[in-house]
Amino acid sequence: MCLAVPGRIVEIKGLDEAAIGRVALVDFNGSRLQVSLALTSEADVGDWVLVHAGYAITVLDEAAALETWEYLNQIEDVGGLLPANGQAESEQ
Amino acid sequence: MAHGGGGELTRQLVRDRIVPKLANPLLVPLTDGAVVDFAGRRVCMTTDAYVVQPLVFPGGDIGRLAVCGTVNDLAVMGAVPNALSLALVIEEGLPMSTLDLVIDSIAAAAGEANVVIATGDTKVVERRGEDGLTITTAGIGRMRDDVRLAVNRIAPGDVVLITGTIAEHGLAVMSARESLAFETSLRSDVAALNGLIAAMLDSGADVKFLRDPTRGGLAGVLADLVDDTALSLEVIESAIPIKPIALHAAEMLGLDPLTVANEGKCVVVVAAGDADRVLQACRRHPLGASAAAIGRFVRADPPLVELITRAGGRRIVQRPYGEELPRIC
Amino acid sequence: MDRQKIRNIVEQLQQATRDRPPIRLMEVCGTHTVSLFRSGIKSLLPAAVRLISGPGCPVCVTSQGYIDAACELSTRPGVSICTYGDMVRVPGRSESLADHRGAGAQVKVVYSARDALQFAREHADRQVVFLAVGFETTTPSTAATILAADRAGVENFFVLPAHKLVVPAMTALLSSGEVPIDGFLCPGHVSVVLGCGAYRPIAEKYHKPCVVAGFEPMQMLEGIARLVRQVAEGQALVENVYPIAVSEDGNPKAREIMDRVFEPGAATWRAMGTIPESGSILRAPYRRFDAAERLDVTIGPDYEPAGCQCGQVIQGKADPADCPLFAKACTPTRPVGPCMVSSEGSCAAHYKYARHT
Repeated sequence: MCLAVPGRIVEIKGLDEAAIGRVALVDFNGSRLQVSLALTSEADVGDWVLVHAGYAITVLDEAAALETWEYLNQIEDVGGLLPANGQAESEQ
Repeated sequence: MAHGGGGELTRQLVRDRIVPKLANPLLVPLTDGAVVDFAGRRVCMTTDAYVVQPLVFPGGDIGRLAVCGTVNDLAVMGAVPNALSLALVIEEGLPMSTLDLVIDSIAAAAGEANVVIATGDTKVVERRGEDGLTITTAGIGRMRDDVRLAVNRIAPGDVVLITGTIAEHGLAVMSARESLAFETSLRSDVAALNGLIAAMLDSGADVKFLRDPTRGGLAGVLADLVDDTALSLEVIESAIPIKPIALHAAEMLGLDPLTVANEGKCVVVVAAGDADRVLQACRRHPLGASAAAIGRFVRADPPLVELITRAGGRRIVQRPYGEELPRIC
Repeated sequence: MDRQKIRNIVEQLQQATRDRPPIRLMEVCGTHTVSLFRSGIKSLLPAAVRLISGPGCPVCVTSQGYIDAACELSTRPGVSICTYGDMVRVPGRSESLADHRGAGAQVKVVYSARDALQFAREHADRQVVFLAVGFETTTPSTAATILAADRAGVENFFVLPAHKLVVPAMTALLSSGEVPIDGFLCPGHVSVVLGCGAYRPIAEKYHKPCVVAGFEPMQMLEGIARLVRQVAEGQALVENVYPIAVSEDGNPKAREIMDRVFEPGAATWRAMGTIPESGSILRAPYRRFDAAERLDVTIGPDYEPAGCQCGQVIQGKADPADCPLFAKACTPTRPVGPCMVSSEGSCAAHYKYARHT
């Protein structure tokens, strides 16, 4: 029911205009969004947070956050499944 | 608006409301261009209208898009692009600096693609909306005599290749849209593919099909292939090249990267025995360095695109239904 | 990802369920529904593990009366609707927000309630209405945005509230006794806010195992494996396989902000009727942000589009394929009900990702 993605705080922009919470720039492996820290006041630069709808909803442990990304990042060797890739790679 | 997203709804609109009234043997195949006999030679012609919001986005702009898009439409038909026409509809209020940038970009892209802008037209109209500028290009090119691109030659066992990483154009454009803006180092992949396609065709491989997966993304082209061949396609998710930054941006926006537009990639179908030759030709070209074989045709009923997922499971892939919207849930 | 690990768990599941009657597990969360399909995990599960989609797609559980009210609002001069993407194509009585937008209504897709508030500040001449749907993951973000609007004195920002609470819906399903459920795969991100302690009453009072899981394939498989083990052993415990994000107590700060702005109250769910204490209602000091009150919007009664089984589907009483309209009169291009519109609706997921004829 709710998509949320892990990202890392790279910069604190300061308090939002209404002083409800701080606004941070959060990096999602190369893309950056402004995110409110109103729900996670303890979060700081360098921390990993889980972001849903523009708000950080929890602070994550770094190792755990990286683990979540590992699934996305891994590109498998499919040489055995598709002959063309296997041959091309073996010749490189 | 969903009718413009390049998905199932666009297909219906064209099939049900436009084609029946204009039908003729050249139009009906609904390919990217038409091949006409002209003074004893086979000539390919194509046309496309370009609207993009915003006009300038990371990695490109509407001018580059209009040149590359039309060049690519010719190239995937097996033609050697030669000349383009250019019609600009400029809305009042368009900053002159934007117009200058777009025209410079058109000149540069035409240079890269080795085509000339042979003729053109310019209209200035009242301000209508946010777009400011619409570009229509048409292009002609000489058909190569040594290629036989035809979906009906595709057979079980044939391999599907993609010439590089997917989803960059759509995500880069989205990152620059006012309402959903995000900072990113992602760039649109918009590029003229005629050089890369020539390299593949010159390899001597028996290429059966070429298509640039623009609106509707890779999913759209794969779904078309299954519809047009009545064969099934098995595609391996982890073989599909995608940059981590694109994968994460898609994840962040809740989008399926398979459905996101590309403007500098080509889907290729070849006989299995020729796949390696095409891949190597591709990888030697700067625009094809991360080319990969991603799937193959099989005989299975009903015809479907089936994705073998990273987890080792299976699911089907369909063309998107309309405009893909970022979601939070 | 370790495919071997996945294969091992699948094999264990096959052994554990061999010669057993089917085990019926409800994945409450729509994101689980979609992730199970998209990752292909669904295709790997033994036939004896039956996954039933539950009432966890915010768009799908929203009553038809609300959709009609949002559509009506969008046609008023001077009103701008800000909404998450999925609401845009849900058909109202006659048309969807997308149709109204085509006819000139201002409907903006936003990524966050904050973007809606920002839009309101930049367009003081418009009355900006944010369609506040979603469960406890999302409600705190609406609450924090309302607090910001309140403190900044923004006068042209409103919400049309339809936030819902997960546990009362699960409880309502169990008390109705109409849907046999052996255990719950509990929503990972709602639990980030609620904490896994929230499911203890379900485990204890109804004796149903509850396992909180994230959305990666291993997470979901692990969650299913734990549920199967508990069912086999006759246990009913709350387990958490997503401890990297979910704690026992959740995020108290988020709940505090949510509770400052909203209080529990009756909510109308599609086809499930009005369930007491199952929604989030604006507290008195913040009612001036309630579009229903301030802009005189009537949210009519819930009803189902003719022939549509979405109401049965979200309660796990019917599979999408049981609906006579599924893949015939109702497809993602011409959706009849919300389960076919929302990308996490179970009909859309079945249609897009599973084989059907």
